[in-house]
Amino acid sequence: MTDSSKLDHLLHLYRQMQLIRRVEEEAAAAYAKGKIGGFLHLYIGQEAVAAGCSAAMRPEDTMIGTYRDHGMALVRGMSARALMAELYGKDTGCSRGLGGSMHLFDAKNRMLGGYGIVGGHIPLAAGVAFASKYRDEKAVTLCFFGEGAVPIGDFHEGLSLAALWKLPVVFICENNEFSMGTPMSRTLSVEDLTLKAPGYGMQSDRLIVEDVLEVEAHIRKAIDRAREHNEPALIELRTYRFRGHSMSDPGKYRSREEVEAHKARDPLLRARKQLVDGGREADVLRVEEEIEAEVLDAVQFAESSPEPSADLLEATTYVGPFAR
Amino acid sequence: MAKLLEMPKLSPTMEEGQLAVWHRKEGDTVAVDDLLADVETDKATMEFRSFDRGTLLKILVPAGSMVKLGQPVAVIGKPGEDFSSLLGGGAPAPPPANATATAAPQPQASAGQTASTPPASLAPGGRVKASPYVRKLAREHDLNLHTIQGSGPGGRIIARDLSLDARAPAPAAPAPVAPAPTPAPAAVPTPAIAPATPRAATPAGLAAPEARPLSMMRKTIARRLTESKQSVPHFYLTIDVDAGALVSFREQINGEIAAATRKGEEPEKISINDLIVKASAVALRRVPECNAQFSSEAILVHQRVDISVAVAVPEGLVTPVLRDADRKGVLEIGRSIRDLASRARAKKLSPDEMSNGTFSISNLGMFGIDEFAAVINPPEGAILAVGRVRDEPVVKDGAVVPGKKLAFTLSCDHRVIDGAVGARFLAELRSLLERPVQILLGP
Amino acid sequence: MGTRSLRFREALRAAMLEEMERDDSVFLLGEEVGHYQGAYKVTEGLLEKFGPKRVIDTPIAESGFAGIAIGAAMVGLRPIVEFMTWNFSAVAFDQILNNAAKLRQMSGGQLQVPIVFRAPNGSARQVGSQHSHAMEHFYAHIPGIKCIAPATPADAYGMMKTAIRDENPVLVFESETLYSLKGDVPDDPDFTVPFGVASVAREGKDISLISWSRPVHVCLDAAAELARQGIDAEVIDLRSLRPLDEETILRSVRKTHRAVIVHEGWSYGGVGAEIADRIQRFAFDDLDAPVGRVSFLDVPMPYNAALEQHVIPNTPRVVEAARAALYAR
Repeated sequence: MTDSSKLDHLLHLYRQMQLIRRVEEEAAAAYAKGKIGGFLHLYIGQEAVAAGCSAAMRPEDTMIGTYRDHGMALVRGMSARALMAELYGKDTGCSRGLGGSMHLFDAKNRMLGGYGIVGGHIPLAAGVAFASKYRDEKAVTLCFFGEGAVPIGDFHEGLSLAALWKLPVVFICENNEFSMGTPMSRTLSVEDLTLKAPGYGMQSDRLIVEDVLEVEAHIRKAIDRAREHNEPALIELRTYRFRGHSMSDPGKYRSREEVEAHKARDPLLRARKQLVDGGREADVLRVEEEIEAEVLDAVQFAESSPEPSADLLEATTYVGPFAR
Repeated sequence: MAKLLEMPKLSPTMEEGQLAVWHRKEGDTVAVDDLLADVETDKATMEFRSFDRGTLLKILVPAGSMVKLGQPVAVIGKPGEDFSSLLGGGAPAPPPANATATAAPQPQASAGQTASTPPASLAPGGRVKASPYVRKLAREHDLNLHTIQGSGPGGRIIARDLSLDARAPAPAAPAPVAPAPTPAPAAVPTPAIAPATPRAATPAGLAAPEARPLSMMRKTIARRLTESKQSVPHFYLTIDVDAGALVSFREQINGEIAAATRKGEEPEKISINDLIVKASAVALRRVPECNAQFSSEAILVHQRVDISVAVAVPEGLVTPVLRDADRKGVLEIGRSIRDLASRARAKKLSPDEMSNGTFSISNLGMFGIDEFAAVINPPEGAILAVGRVRDEPVVKDGAVVPGKKLAFTLSCDHRVIDGAVGARFLAELRSLLERPVQILLGP
Repeated sequence: MGTRSLRFREALRAAMLEEMERDDSVFLLGEEVGHYQGAYKVTEGLLEKFGPKRVIDTPIAESGFAGIAIGAAMVGLRPIVEFMTWNFSAVAFDQILNNAAKLRQMSGGQLQVPIVFRAPNGSARQVGSQHSHAMEHFYAHIPGIKCIAPATPADAYGMMKTAIRDENPVLVFESETLYSLKGDVPDDPDFTVPFGVASVAREGKDISLISWSRPVHVCLDAAAELARQGIDAEVIDLRSLRPLDEETILRSVRKTHRAVIVHEGWSYGGVGAEIADRIQRFAFDDLDAPVGRVSFLDVPMPYNAALEQHVIPNTPRVVEAARAALYAR
C-alpha cells in the first residue's frame, strides 16, 4: 500500500470514528434533554475497534454485538438518521422505534444486532457462522462483547461449540477494563483472558488499541483464517471508554487522572494527527464539516419523524397471521 | 410433634366415609390402637383406630361429616402444643378438589322452609346468591330469584333449581330432606350436605313424599346395581328341580347331627340353602366357565370358588363372601354363613369379607318367593336366584304323588357366559340336588 | 387419503423426516439425537438418512446449542432443537425468552426466527423433582413464541409439520408417557394441523373438561366414568396453547355452563389460570358454577410412586372436580 492510499484509507476510518463520536455526543445531549429514554451506552473512546474491525470485513460478513452498539451499526453502513431516529424511538429508526439504543439491527448490512443480556448473543453469533458454513457461503461472523461477558456461561458454551464444530466466527473481546463499575481484577481470576482460547483448542490474539490500522491488521488475520479454514479465534482488544457505563453512571470507580491519561492516547486523535502530519489537514477539516452537517441533519430528522403506530406491535411479534 | 390424623381407607372402594361417632374428645389421651371413631363407609361401619399415641388436641370434623379419604379429621400431639402450622398452607393439605368435602352443615334457619321465611339463597342484607347463568336465565324468563330456593353451596341458586334448564343433569345425588334444624347429636349420623327441599315436582294439593336420606349403603347399592344393569348384558335361565330327595337328605343329616350332640345342648342344623351353596360350589368346579368374570383384555376364569351370599340387613343388603366353598364341608358352610350373616346385620364385617367373590347366590325362599331373577354383582359373571321349596304334585312311576319343587334362575353376564354354558351349570346343579349324596362326593 | 397406524414418536419422526426431505434448510440438533438414535428414540434412523451435517449431536450445553440454532434461524435456516426433556430447557430459557421470542420485534420486523424446540414434557414415571416439570406454563407466558401440546399421533404429525413450516419459534411439548401411543395418521406428506384450533375429543352437554397433551386421556377416562354416573362430559383437547382457541372453549362452556381445566404442572398462574380467566371474562353469564381446576398439587414432584400419582391429575380427581362443578354429591 502506498503512503497515499494508506492515508486515503486512514481518512475513511477517521471519518467513521468521527461520525460515531459526534453522533454519540449529540445523543448524549439529546438524552440530557429527555429526547432519548432508557439506557444509552456510549462508545466514545472505543471507536477504533469498530472501525478497524469493520475495515477487515467483507460485505457478506456479519457483525453482532452488545448493547454498546452505536459504533457497530455506523461502521457497517447504518445511516446516522436511522440510528438517531431509533434512539428517539421514532418510526423512521432502524428498528422502527421498537429496539432502541441497545437493539440496533440492520439486516441489509448484516449488522445483526445489539443485545442486552450479557453473553446471550455469543451462541447466536456461532449460529450465524453455523449457517454460513452449512450453506458454504465463505462468510465470517464477528462477535463483540466486553470482558464482563467472559465469566458468564454463554461465553464458554458459545466458544466451546464454535471450536468443536469449527465455525467461521471471530470472537472479539473489547476489554475496556470495567464490567460496568467493577474492574477486571475483581471479575476475572486470570487477567489474560485469551488464555481461555487454548482450553477450547482455539487460536487467539491480543492487542492494546492505539492505532486503528493496527486493529484492522490483526483482525484481518483472524478473519482470513476463519474464512479459509473454518477456524474460530478469540481476540482481546484492550481499549477504554471515556464516558460512564451508561448515562446514569457517575464513573466514581476510576480516577479523573486515569481517564485523562487514556484520553491523551485517544486512537481517534492519533489517527487525526497521522492525517494532519501526512499533509491531509484539509481533508480532515472537510470530513469534519461533512460529519457535522450529517449529525445535525440526523438530529433534525429524528426530531421531526413520526412516532410508530401501535399497529406495528402485533405485526412485529409474529410473522404472518397469528391465529387467535 | 403434633400431626394430623387423616381419614384412613377402610374399604377397598372407599373414597369417602361418614365420621359417624367420635369415641374420644378433645383433650383425651390416646394410645396406639385406641378406638377413635366409627366411620360409616360404603360397605359397613368401620372402626377408626389410632396409629399414634398422644393427646387428641383438636377434632377437625364433627360427627356426622362426610370426609374424603386422606382428609385431616383431627390433630394429635402433646398437650398445649401449637399445631396452627399444621392447619395452615404448609400441611399435607388435601387436594384442592377435596375442599368440597363438607363438614356437618350449619343448618340454615330457613331449611325447614315455610312460606313466611325467606329462602336460604338470601344472604344477610337481602342479596340473592345465584350463579351468573341463573341470573341470565332469570333476566330472559323474567323470574324473581327471591322466591327460589337455592341448592348450591351456601344456598346458591344454580341452574337446576330453575325448572327451565332441562339440560342440567340430575346428578347421582341424594334427593335429600331438610335435616333437623338443630345440630344432630353426635351419635346419630346425619346427611352431610345441607339439603334443600326436594325439587321433585309434587303437584299442588298432593301431600309431598317423605324423603328418607340415602345411607352410604343405599348409595352404594344404587350405584353398583345401576352400573351392573346398565353395563352388563344380562340373560336368565330358569330350571325347576325335584327337591324331594334334597329335603329328605337334609333331614337325614340333621338327624345324624342331633344324635351326635350331647344331651342338653342345642343341636346344630344345616339348611337347604347350605346344601344349595355346597352343590353350587361343586357345580362351579365342574363348569368353571360359570366361575368367571369379564375384563376388557380377557375372560378371567377363577381358580377359587368364593361365593358371595346375599344377606338382607335393615338398610339394604350386603354380600359377604364364603371363601373356598368347594373345599368346605356342609356343616362348616352352614356355620360360616350364619356367622357372616349375623355379623353383617351387626355391621361388623371387615371390607375384605365383602369383596372378591367369584359367584353370588341370593335366596328369597324364606320370604315365600317361588322364583325370581337377580341382578349380577359386578365384577362377577353370574348370580343364582333361589326360590322356596314348593309342595307340588309330581309324577312318580306313572302316578301323580305329592312332591317338592325348587326353582332356580341363573342371571348370566353374556360377555362371559353363553346360554349353553349356563345350561350346563344348571344341569350339573340339578343332577347334584336330585341325587344329593353326590354333593358330598365333590367335583 | 389413506392412513397408517403410527406410534406418537413415529408420527413425530415421520413429520421431521418428510420435512427434512422437503426442505434442505431443515436440520436437527440436540443431545443424543444422532448416533444414540434419540434418548426417547424419536429421531431414530435420521442420522443414517441425512448424515451428520443435518443430524447433529450436541454436547450438554442447552444454552449454547439453543443459541446457535436461533442464530442459524435468524439468517434463514430452519433448525429443530431437541431438548432431552423440557426440564433442561431452563438453562436455555434466556435464549428462548430474550432471543427467539424477541428478535423479530426488537429488529422492527427485519429478522425472523423459524425454529422448532421440542422435547418430552411433564411427569414421566418417578423421575423425581427436577425431571417432572410441565414447562409449557413458563413458555406460554411469552409473546413471540407459539406453544403446542398434541395428545394424539395424528396431531403430533400434523402439528410438527406446521411447526417446521412456521416462520416463528414454535415450542412442541410432547410427553414421554405418550410416545408409545398408537393411532391412525393420515398417509399424506402435506397433511398439517393448524395452530389455534382445538379439537373436541368427546362431545357432551353437561360439563366441559378442558385439557391438552397427556391429561386429555385422563379426561376421556373421567368422561367415561362420569357417563356411568349419568353425566355427559365434553372433552376439549386444546392442542395449541398459544395461539389459544378461545372460541371453542367458550362455545363449549356456553353449552355446558360448567368447566373443569385439567393439566399437568402447578395451577398457580399457569395456562389453566389463563383459561379460567377467559371463561369468566367472556362467558360469565353462562357459568352455573365456578370453573374447576385439576393440576399438579402445589408441591415439587415427589419420587415415591404413590405420592407421585397423588400429585398428578388422575381420573378420580377429575371426576370429583366435575361432580363438584355440577353440585353433585
